[in-house]
Amino acid sequence: MSAPTASPTRTFALTPRRARWWAEVGWKYPLAVVMAFFAVFPLVYVLSASLNPRGNLSGSSALFSEVTLENFIRLGSTSFWIWMLNTLFIATASAIGAVLMGAAAAYAFSRFRFRGRRTSLTSLLIIQMFPQTVAFIAVFLMLLALGEVVPALGINSKIALICVYLGGALGANTFLMYGFINTIPTEIDESAKIDGASHAQIFWQLILPLMRPVLAVVFLLAFVSAFGDFILAKIILTSEDNWTLAVGMYQWVSNQLATRWGLFAAGAVVASIPVLVLFLTLQRYVVGGLVQGAVKG
Amino acid sequence: MTAESTRRTRPTLPAGGSHARNWRGLGGGFLLKLALMALVNALGVSVVLSAIAAESWIILAVSVVLLVAADVIYFTRRALPLKYLFPGLVFLLAFQVFTLGYTGYVAFTNYGTGHAGSQQQAVDAALIQAERRLDDSPSYPLAVVQRGDELGFAINDDGRLRVGTAEQPLRDAGALPDSSSAPASVPGWDVVPRALLLGDAELQEQVASLRVPISADANDGSLRTREGSTAAVYRSSLVWDEQAQTITDVDSGVVYTADPSTGNFVAADGSTLPTGWIVTVGFDNFLRAFTDQRYSVPLLQVTGWTFAFAALTVFTSFALGLFLAIVFNDERVRARRVLRTLFLFPYAFPAFMSALLWRGMLNSEFGIVNDLFFFGADINWLGDPWLARLAVIWVNLWLSFPYWFLVCLGALQSLPGETLEAATIDGAGPWRRFRSITLPLLLVSTAPLAIASFAFNFNNFTIIYMLTSGGPYFTGGAAQLGATDLLISAIYKISGVAGGTADYGLASALSIIVFLVIGAISALAFRQTRKLEEIQS
Repeated sequence: MSAPTASPTRTFALTPRRARWWAEVGWKYPLAVVMAFFAVFPLVYVLSASLNPRGNLSGSSALFSEVTLENFIRLGSTSFWIWMLNTLFIATASAIGAVLMGAAAAYAFSRFRFRGRRTSLTSLLIIQMFPQTVAFIAVFLMLLALGEVVPALGINSKIALICVYLGGALGANTFLMYGFINTIPTEIDESAKIDGASHAQIFWQLILPLMRPVLAVVFLLAFVSAFGDFILAKIILTSEDNWTLAVGMYQWVSNQLATRWGLFAAGAVVASIPVLVLFLTLQRYVVGGLVQGAVKG
Repeated sequence: MTAESTRRTRPTLPAGGSHARNWRGLGGGFLLKLALMALVNALGVSVVLSAIAAESWIILAVSVVLLVAADVIYFTRRALPLKYLFPGLVFLLAFQVFTLGYTGYVAFTNYGTGHAGSQQQAVDAALIQAERRLDDSPSYPLAVVQRGDELGFAINDDGRLRVGTAEQPLRDAGALPDSSSAPASVPGWDVVPRALLLGDAELQEQVASLRVPISADANDGSLRTREGSTAAVYRSSLVWDEQAQTITDVDSGVVYTADPSTGNFVAADGSTLPTGWIVTVGFDNFLRAFTDQRYSVPLLQVTGWTFAFAALTVFTSFALGLFLAIVFNDERVRARRVLRTLFLFPYAFPAFMSALLWRGMLNSEFGIVNDLFFFGADINWLGDPWLARLAVIWVNLWLSFPYWFLVCLGALQSLPGETLEAATIDGAGPWRRFRSITLPLLLVSTAPLAIASFAFNFNNFTIIYMLTSGGPYFTGGAAQLGATDLLISAIYKISGVAGGTADYGLASALSIIVFLVIGAISALAFRQTRKLEEIQS
């Protein structure tokens, strides 16, 4: 009781120590708040709009003024869920394909020495510079011709779209995985070989499990790029039952954005969940993978 | 040989000897491979068979080669690397390398609306379009027949049964008991009952549009029916003379001559038939992009904006991401993990939905941006060319600064601490340290990513098409191009793959130009990366 307490003026006046703290650290907190607001505000807004029963753009500026699940229920009377399933199917299939093909190619380039190895690596590097999406006219014309012979690989086939995505699987990802696989010591496969393992056993049972972090990153990147692709999906999938979310939701709102706003918002919330979950669960790998990609180029 | 090296080359084996030299029977893996290969072969053979049926010789050749290659690769002991490369290579060759080459080919042709096939197809199409029922044309009792999905006509031609389909001209199929009634049964075909035909509107339509050629020569005309019980001969008013390469209109007497340089049938007065065929036109498409006023003026603006957009978007998001990474790469700031997660959200939200979301938020009448941040002002964000461009950059900044934040954070943490410490001791201020040490070292690892990001945004179709659809549109011009259109979205609009008039040739020529630009940038980037790497070593 009798001990002298700090005078009130000391806590409020900017002591040199406190001023230094503000100059070096303190100002970062307001900045963090501003940036977090910038990053998250649109997402909070779309969540609010999805819960707003008015369902159109004009009444959605007041955040969380009313909360109902009406828009989500209304999704059931549209083709939304079909598109969702289509998208998940296409994205998952092409991501798994991309991971397997890329890993196998990286394994071959890293562990075997064969004629034309350097050349093929270089040509792969050159080919991957030319984005597939720019060749969409040729893709379209090619599928038109292919569909005459094999309808499953023609226009308006989900399988055909997956095949087109897989065409870009090798170029984009092999180098990421190649760099990673090179860091796995070859002594591991050699000792397995001495123990009598075949090359297939080494690949499937040793190398693939060790590659898990980079597999996660490649899976995520391939999944997200297939999930969000618009131009190829739009020209290949022509009937409404085959559309992906990107094609379907664009069609929804391109003309009547203002009136279908609630529906779009609800759809956006639902559709973003798989990607967000994937991102947040794989966050560890994603950040590492981005940095690794940064170092490897 | 020392004992050491002997041990290394011949390791002590467990009792029973090496696994490698023992036959362990058919493993699960082998059976799985067998099953997969059986599946591949089954699919391959069915593709080969349908390619033969459809007479697509290129697809036939490619599928045979791939199938044989697959079997050889997976059933021999050699070619070990190919076992791992083959699946990816097949897709790469078919869906990327081939399409790149095909784009090149199409760029030098007049492929598009009115030029979609061979000359023979163009002649047939022209003749069919001009087909009419002639006043004196004979008519025959008819039965509509079916085999699977295929429809055909069977007629009674004076006591002879004749059958044909759209693909297969009429063929004699035997005698009929009388010469005046429709065939009651046709060998190899099911006769469609009249009651069924009358009750099914879709089938009726198919039958009404079906035309069965009388012979392989399109000049002979074809059989058609209006009501499904009698067939009449329709003949074209055009006559094709293959020797002279002319099509003559028998009504008006106009003669259209085939012009092999443009792929059109041209009359003396310069008018052409609507159907032409595909020919190579050399550099015409490239010239057209630069000289045709309807394309060249808007395309020039589009090209300028494409470069500006890609450069600005990479620069702004890289700068913001780097700034935030430097600011928050500070152990004294609490809750950095939470912040990192919050910053990850825009990056994890699917890009196409972000663009649509911002499209609504920037709506001039009801959008929340005007409502909340500009006090209800009516700022026409997406309707004014410069505001729309600003909006596109802004939205892309929102989308991609988290990526650069994460990348720069990682790169910063791998910087050598001693160098910075030494610089501090030498009296370098924070700005000097940043400019002379942090930034150059950071660029070594991030420059390749920046180049890749530039190339990606150069072709960022999704964000533009979703947010502004390229608008606000320029007045005039051939395709609906606008102030925020990138080259890729301009190509999309010109190509006509979404409907309307198609010009695959011109669009492919523009694609080639985009490829050249991207290739040049990537090549430059490579050299630059090498230079930057020298700083480090």
